[in-house]
Amino acid sequence: MSSGLDVLYTDIIFEHDKRPQNAGLREPFHAEVHHVNPTCGDEITLRLRRQPGGAVEDISYEALGCAMSRASASMMSELLIGRSLAEAEEITVAFEAAMSSRGRDAGDPEVLGDAVALLGAAKFPGRVKCVLMAWKAYRAALVEADALDGSAG
Amino acid sequence: MTSFDVQRVRADFPILQRTLAGGEPLVYLDAGATSQRPQPVIDAEVAFLTRSNAAVKRGAHQLAEEATDAYEGARARMGEFLGAPRPEEIVFTRNATEALNLVARSLGDGDASTPDHLRVREGDEILVTEMEHHANLVPWQELARRTGARLRWIPLTDDFTLDLTDLGSLLTERTRVLALAHQSNVLGTVNPIGTLVEAARAVGALTVLDACQSAPHMPLDVRELGADFVALSGHKMLGPTGIGVLWGRYEHLAAMPPFLTGGSMIEVVHMDRTTYAEPPARFEAGTPMISQAIGLAAAADYLSALGMEAVAEHGGALTDRALRGLRELPGVRIIGPAPGPDRTGAVSFAVEGRHPHDIGQVLDSRGIAVRVGHHCAWPLHRRYGIPGTTRATFSVHTTAEEVDALVDSVSYALDYFGRFA
Repeated sequence: MSSGLDVLYTDIIFEHDKRPQNAGLREPFHAEVHHVNPTCGDEITLRLRRQPGGAVEDISYEALGCAMSRASASMMSELLIGRSLAEAEEITVAFEAAMSSRGRDAGDPEVLGDAVALLGAAKFPGRVKCVLMAWKAYRAALVEADALDGSAG
Repeated sequence: MTSFDVQRVRADFPILQRTLAGGEPLVYLDAGATSQRPQPVIDAEVAFLTRSNAAVKRGAHQLAEEATDAYEGARARMGEFLGAPRPEEIVFTRNATEALNLVARSLGDGDASTPDHLRVREGDEILVTEMEHHANLVPWQELARRTGARLRWIPLTDDFTLDLTDLGSLLTERTRVLALAHQSNVLGTVNPIGTLVEAARAVGALTVLDACQSAPHMPLDVRELGADFVALSGHKMLGPTGIGVLWGRYEHLAAMPPFLTGGSMIEVVHMDRTTYAEPPARFEAGTPMISQAIGLAAAADYLSALGMEAVAEHGGALTDRALRGLRELPGVRIIGPAPGPDRTGAVSFAVEGRHPHDIGQVLDSRGIAVRVGHHCAWPLHRRYGIPGTTRATFSVHTTAEEVDALVDSVSYALDYFGRFA
């Protein structure tokens, strides 16, 4: 009866839920965004430091939410920190596509690393938004950082 | 346990026959979000649509007359269900949210011809409570914003009831409206309406009741409640979606400006001005929700036939059973009062270290449908320092065995997540 559950709640999800990587807001940062999921009240504050045209130097966050949303923030930060912005974009696009596929796209572990474990949620439409919240926050932080550059420059 | 036969009631709900993806039976404990519909409600809509469907209050043909009779008959039956002195006091709305918006909008729209007690203006106060569903909070925030009135609220105690300690300074001659839930959709707390209505009347304030959660669970009589307006939702009381009711005292409705304007709510229309129909037509602009109103009346009839006293007793016994079972589980905190007469319907709880969405997912895997999150009562959850709760709500078809299955499955969820601790 719990086989459906075990697709969702794998050991690696709980690893990240219990010991989230890069949790806790850090300085310095170029942009900070706050996202909420109004249907369940989950929240994330995410900070991004990046070099324009260069690399994702740091992502830190504070996340309040279910195991899936917290694990997602943790895995995403682990996956994206240190990547070039172009690589990060490629990973983000691949991840979003797989999450929106209702389970048809199993995801490439070479590209997504641990985050393939999150794709179990793709079969539970109610949980997709939990998983995507951190990724949407990352995207918003990128836009925010660029806008701040623009206004400063 | 109850004076009615729950197995016979269950036979009236076709959806309870289905099984879920894993073959398990459906244990539907989410009636507080939307209730399932018994066959007579479905049949009433089908009978109307297959026999008498037509626009109401217009048309010179037999179907139009049958449709009008059915729609106005539904109004009369809802009036009886609520103990309304006149059927014209029943306004059909799209849902309870619209009913509450109707009142809040109209109270801010008066002019010199509107009696003072039906106008909210700058310097006035609107009093709500910290336990309100967003539907009975946001419209009042908006009314305050539009008019310059001040929004105040009755806080909550640590025991999950309204804190009436400072009621004397919250409810004053400046208060125009007191808007509150009859029963909290999260806590299950039944508020002391008699006391509060009396206190509001003493200072000349109107009372607006959100009865969405109480209407399906206990006898309601608007004369006994004493409020000025009562809002309720069709789909939470075994009826269709797309239909709600606003009951209002006729003398108020007759003196209030309209909410939505257009066809069906007019008296005389010129190119530059319009006069408005008497209530309830004044508040029912456009073609109404005809088959939904008929379905709702069938739901009220269904509940009346069961007997609301018996329904209340059944719900009370299930609530007690759930609370007694859940409070024994380690790490489970009931967000609501202890079992008692002023406590019914909704059983919400938080699990130490575990988000409600995760608990709900495990329950779902065992066929148990509950709601998770803030249940459109975000300030309430903030008050108790939790992001959300898992909420089970019961209906006339809920059995003691289903309540036991809930308790067992929460226990299972604790074990399931415990292995990762």
